Amino acid sequence: MDKAKPGTSSSPKDYKSDIKPVWCPGCGDFAVLSAITKALAFLSLPRENVALVSGIGCSSRIAAYTSVYGFHGVHGRALALAGGLKAARPDLTVLVAGGDGDGLSIGGNHFIHACRRNMDMTYIIMDNEVYGMTKGQASPTTRSDWGGSKLTPGGTGIRPFNAAGMALAAGASFVARGFTGDPNGLAKILVAAVEHPGFSFVQALSPCKTFRPEQMEWKKHVRAFEDGPTDDAVLADQRVKDDDGLSTGIIYQREHAVYQPQASVAGDSTQFDREFVI
Amino acid sequence: MMNTSSRCDISIAVTGSGGAGSITAGELLLYMAGKNGCFGIMRRSFGPQIRGGEAAALVRIGPQPIECMNDAFDLWLALDWQNADRFADEIALHSESLIIADPAAGEVPAVVRELGLEVVEVPMKALAGEIPMGRPNMIALGILTHWLNFCGDEAGLLIRHTFERKGQAIVDGSLAAFEKGFTEPVIVEARKRRTGPGSCERESAGDRWDLSGNEGCGLGALRGGIRFAAAYPITPASDLLEWLSPRLAKIGGSLVQAEDELASINMVIGASFGGVPSLTATSGPGLALMSESIGLSVAAEVPAVIVNVQRGGPSTGVPTKSEQADLDIALHGMHGDAPHLVLAALDHADCVLVTEWAVRLAEALQTAAIVLTDQNLAQSRALIPEPVYCLPDIPRRRTAKQGEDYLRYRLTPDGVSPMAIPGTPCTAYVADGLEHSESGKPSTAAADHAAQMDKRLRKIEQFDYGEHWADIRGSGETAILTWGSTTSAVREAAARLRDSGTPLRVVALRLLMPASPEKLAAALDGVSRVLVVEQSHGRQFHRYLRSYYEISCETKVLARPGPLLITPGEVVRAVEEWS
Repeated sequence: MDKAKPGTSSSPKDYKSDIKPVWCPGCGDFAVLSAITKALAFLSLPRENVALVSGIGCSSRIAAYTSVYGFHGVHGRALALAGGLKAARPDLTVLVAGGDGDGLSIGGNHFIHACRRNMDMTYIIMDNEVYGMTKGQASPTTRSDWGGSKLTPGGTGIRPFNAAGMALAAGASFVARGFTGDPNGLAKILVAAVEHPGFSFVQALSPCKTFRPEQMEWKKHVRAFEDGPTDDAVLADQRVKDDDGLSTGIIYQREHAVYQPQASVAGDSTQFDREFVI
Repeated sequence: MMNTSSRCDISIAVTGSGGAGSITAGELLLYMAGKNGCFGIMRRSFGPQIRGGEAAALVRIGPQPIECMNDAFDLWLALDWQNADRFADEIALHSESLIIADPAAGEVPAVVRELGLEVVEVPMKALAGEIPMGRPNMIALGILTHWLNFCGDEAGLLIRHTFERKGQAIVDGSLAAFEKGFTEPVIVEARKRRTGPGSCERESAGDRWDLSGNEGCGLGALRGGIRFAAAYPITPASDLLEWLSPRLAKIGGSLVQAEDELASINMVIGASFGGVPSLTATSGPGLALMSESIGLSVAAEVPAVIVNVQRGGPSTGVPTKSEQADLDIALHGMHGDAPHLVLAALDHADCVLVTEWAVRLAEALQTAAIVLTDQNLAQSRALIPEPVYCLPDIPRRRTAKQGEDYLRYRLTPDGVSPMAIPGTPCTAYVADGLEHSESGKPSTAAADHAAQMDKRLRKIEQFDYGEHWADIRGSGETAILTWGSTTSAVREAAARLRDSGTPLRVVALRLLMPASPEKLAAALDGVSRVLVVEQSHGRQFHRYLRSYYEISCETKVLARPGPLLITPGEVVRAVEEWS
């Protein structure tokens, strides 16, 4: 994935900005940034025709680290903002990125509705099972017995969300899981996600070295799903449920009707004046 | 006739259980008034039920443009009396009011009966029952058309036009029922006994429009250039969004129904970031949910327009009725220092003007604009002269051309920086709600924060808003200060007071934020006392005036909550009792 499509001159670094990330050394998010820029270079997308929308949190800072148009909005609303952008500007390639707290807790409602709305955009959740920016609280994907947070010292006591399973249940048309320990594999998934017509959801397992150092062990356990993508949502759901959350690959892909308001020819509002004349 | 306060001016209430058709009858009567050369207004009053509750069409018709209801009703036509006691507050009567009721609907409720008014009984339900597809509300329309001496043939055309989609049988039934009411001997006899207005004099100048405040806002939005809307249903703003939906689609725009108000405001910001002027409409609870992201629009300098149709609050409050109590949240609901625009429509024509103005200001100043209307204005229909207005020259959104040294948040003398639209090469930037440097790079530096805060305030404070900041009428040492739809009652009160020899100045504010203290001081030059009129229990407008303006003369406040609207008579009394 280091090289772009033959005949083009895009390279991943063309898609990087010169701003130094705020991320801690060893953070998985660096690899997500790398995978995104590799995928964009591979697809040779003109930078000005791509927009990356993010919310709030460590990972959402990613918008500033690319050289495409970006929007670093408010906490939890990245998908909604991106949906408005895509509705108004279907010509743009729209990527959305953020953390598990941003996307599944405060933004959970937008997540399920983005899945069912199926607009043509790609959503990457950089999942580290923790709120990092606020210094280590449990997130919706944190296991119930994790006692590492001062806020919930005895663990959350509630079951974590299965992000891929939620996406399937909400009707997403492309569901995949990648791992930052394999940035090339993640980049390949992102290429497929961007090329997929409709809403593509990519859960990127992205360890937090600072607050979840035990996640550095993930690389020992992550493996590819035994089976390739299916277009059977029931089967995909079963695979996700049977999995420990550390299998990667494209899980489900099927073309559903893409939601995109159809723009008519531009017109003048004066035509409506006569509706009011009696 | 029955009303002594003005000439040829009649107020009619048509009530019935939900689905009985009182609203349809009222709307057709209003339209017919326009066809017969009159002006008028119609408010709708509903209970909270979806169906099967009660509904009232409150209609006032006269020879001059009318923007508010009168103090009392001259005629109450009850298709039935279901839950009539719930209307009793809203349908004030006077000693000569007439009741037209169906004897089959039971006894006139005590609350009306004890006034000792004349009751004319017409068996509307039974008469309608004799006609295939006949409905009592068309009998009622016939009765009222006769009462107002309107042209029956014109009504026939209107009925055909209104019901043709529903098939010939409905058209025939409606026409026959109308005719029965129009010629009903009991009514003809009663009408002869009472003197009253003949036909209103026809005014020929210009077209007459029949529009609701919500439709007016929709039209103003499109005129201003809105081509994207995000919508989450809420009473009483939904009909604005429903009006926009098919019309946006006709002119190259689009509307998306969002999952909640948090999404709708963010969709608006996203679409606007994409270069498309965008709007949403909501009411108090929705505005509260949107507040955080309105701050994003301000900080990231992405134009966004929010029409907030006020209803009774707080919390779910009185959702189907009017109040002016979202002023505080519109002005001050954002966290941090977030300079933005707040405008208010004063009447139906103003809904068109102010919404267009707000869109153009938001676009020119790259900020959020909140337009305030209320249920009274938004959901009433008025017959008005064709709105003619001239907005000052306002530049379109300043966009960036392809360039190497582009800085999205460049510090400029007027505070407005060129905004690059995605698709433009070499100007890619990241819009950010985080404080940022001129380039858009996140920054916690004190100098960046101060410079960007100054810039965002400067662009709004230095802009020349021209003469539309307020509507100023009349002269005299007594002034009334008001805003929003209350203006109509105040104007009518001022007219009555002037007629009785009390000169009065009325200043109604359209542009609430930024405030215009110098302009208001000039408008109040020579004024020795000021009456503040507003529909808010917490005196929000009065506190706003105290915060932003120097008003050194004697002041008095007429402030009370909805849902009963402030009436002209109430304002007259407040002035007269002030000695």
